[in-house]
Amino acid sequence: MLDKFGIAKRIAKELQDGYYVNLGIGIPTLVANYVPEGIEVILQSENGLLGIGPFPYADEVDADLINAGKQTVTTTNGSSFFDSAMSFGMIRSGRVDLTVLGAMEVAENGDIANWKIPGKMVKGMGGAMDLVASAKNIIVAMQHVNKAGESKLLKRCSLPITGLGCVKKVVTELGVFDIVAEGFKLLERAPGVSVDYIKEKTEGNLIVDGEIPEMILD
Amino acid sequence: MLKKIVSNADEAIKDMQDGAVIMLGGFGLCGIPENSITALVKKGVKNLTCISNNAGVDDFGIGLMLKTRQVKKMISSYVGENAEFERQLLSGELEVELIPQGTLATRCMATGYGMPAIFTPAGVGTEVAIGKETRDFEGKMYLLEHAFKSDFAIVKAWKGDEHGNLIFRATSRNFNPLMAMAGKITIAEVEELYEAGELNPDEIHTPGIYVNRIFKGSDYEKRIEQVTTRLKA
Repeated sequence: MLDKFGIAKRIAKELQDGYYVNLGIGIPTLVANYVPEGIEVILQSENGLLGIGPFPYADEVDADLINAGKQTVTTTNGSSFFDSAMSFGMIRSGRVDLTVLGAMEVAENGDIANWKIPGKMVKGMGGAMDLVASAKNIIVAMQHVNKAGESKLLKRCSLPITGLGCVKKVVTELGVFDIVAEGFKLLERAPGVSVDYIKEKTEGNLIVDGEIPEMILD
Repeated sequence: MLKKIVSNADEAIKDMQDGAVIMLGGFGLCGIPENSITALVKKGVKNLTCISNNAGVDDFGIGLMLKTRQVKKMISSYVGENAEFERQLLSGELEVELIPQGTLATRCMATGYGMPAIFTPAGVGTEVAIGKETRDFEGKMYLLEHAFKSDFAIVKAWKGDEHGNLIFRATSRNFNPLMAMAGKITIAEVEELYEAGELNPDEIHTPGIYVNRIFKGSDYEKRIEQVTTRLKA
C-alpha cells in the first residue's frame, strides 16, 4: 500500500518535459517534489503565477508571494505574474497540460466530487470547477477508501458534483486506474497489494484485463 | 485637473451607505486592502454584500467585518480559512453564495470590458448551474454568467499615481485589477503614491480611468497565513 508520498511519486512519473502543470492543494502539491531527473515542468498557481519555485529560506519570505494553498513560495527563472482572470483564462483555454487534484469521490464515468460535504464541510470550490471543466488531462490523487473502509471509487458520486465525466486517471494507495467507457481500468497495483483486495475495495465497475503489474517506484 | 487623491481610507469610504455591494481585492490575506477594511469596521456600515475571493481569517481581513456582523451576504469561492465564517454559514446567520474562482474573476472582467455576460464551462452539471441558462458551443456545454457590478470596488496595489494608474506586485495582484474595473466607484489603496509622469506608461497594469479615488496607505501588516520555508543545506 502507498502512503501520500508514494501516490505523489507515482503521479510525478506522468510528467513530461515542458509540461505546464497545475497542482491542487494536499497530496497533489507533493508531486512537485518528485519531478523526474532531466525534465522541466512549469507549475501554474491559480492565484496568478507561472513558475512556482521551492519554498523560500526563512530570510527571503515574501508576504506578496504565495501559492494557491496560501503558503509562501519563490519563483523559478522564466516565471511571470498575472491577474486571476488571465490565470483561469489560461486554464480554460486548454494551455495547462496536466491538472492534479484531490477528490472525495470519483465515479466510474469520470464524475468527481471534491468540494462539499453538505452540513459538514462547505468551504467552497475555489478553482476546482474551472480546472476540471477545462483541463486537457486530469489525474486525481486520492484515498481509495474512507476512514470507515468504504470505497471512494463509486458507481455514481453521492456528494455534490465538482465536474462531470472529466477524470482520466486516478492514483490511490492501492493502484493506478484509467477511466474508460466501462469504468475503472486497473493498470498497476501498489506494492504488496493484490488484485482481489482492489476488487473488494472498489464499488465502481473494475476492469481487470490480464496480468496486472506492480507499480515501479524508484 | 484630476482630483482623485484622498488622504486616507476613512475619507475614501465616507459616502458608503448601509446595504452597499462592495468588492474587496485579495487572495487569502495577500493583496487585501487592509486600511480600507479597518475603516469599514470603524465606520460600522452594515448589511453589506461583500464580493471577495476569500473571507480572511478569524481576526484579520474580512474576518474582522464578520466578527462585527457587518456582512449580510458573502460572494466568494473559498472560505476555508475562517472558522467564524463557516460557523455563520452553517448556522444560517450569513447568506453565502459560493461561486467558482474563475467565474468570480471573469464576471468582474466582463463589467470592465463592457460586456453584460460571459459563457464558462465551470460549474456545468453542478449546483452552480441551477437556474442558469446553458448553451452548447461546438459540442461543449457552457453556463451563462452575468457581469458583476458593485457600488464600491476596493483594491490594493503596490504603486499608484494621481491619475489612478496602478501597478501590482507579485501574487498580491490576483483579483485587484479585475475588481478595479467593476466598481461604480473604485477606491485604490497603494503603498507608494506618485505624481503623474513618474510611472512608466508601459508598466501600468490598471489604467487610471478605472480608478476614482486613490490614497497612500500605511502600517501594512501583510500577515502571512502559512509561512512555509525550507532549510539551508
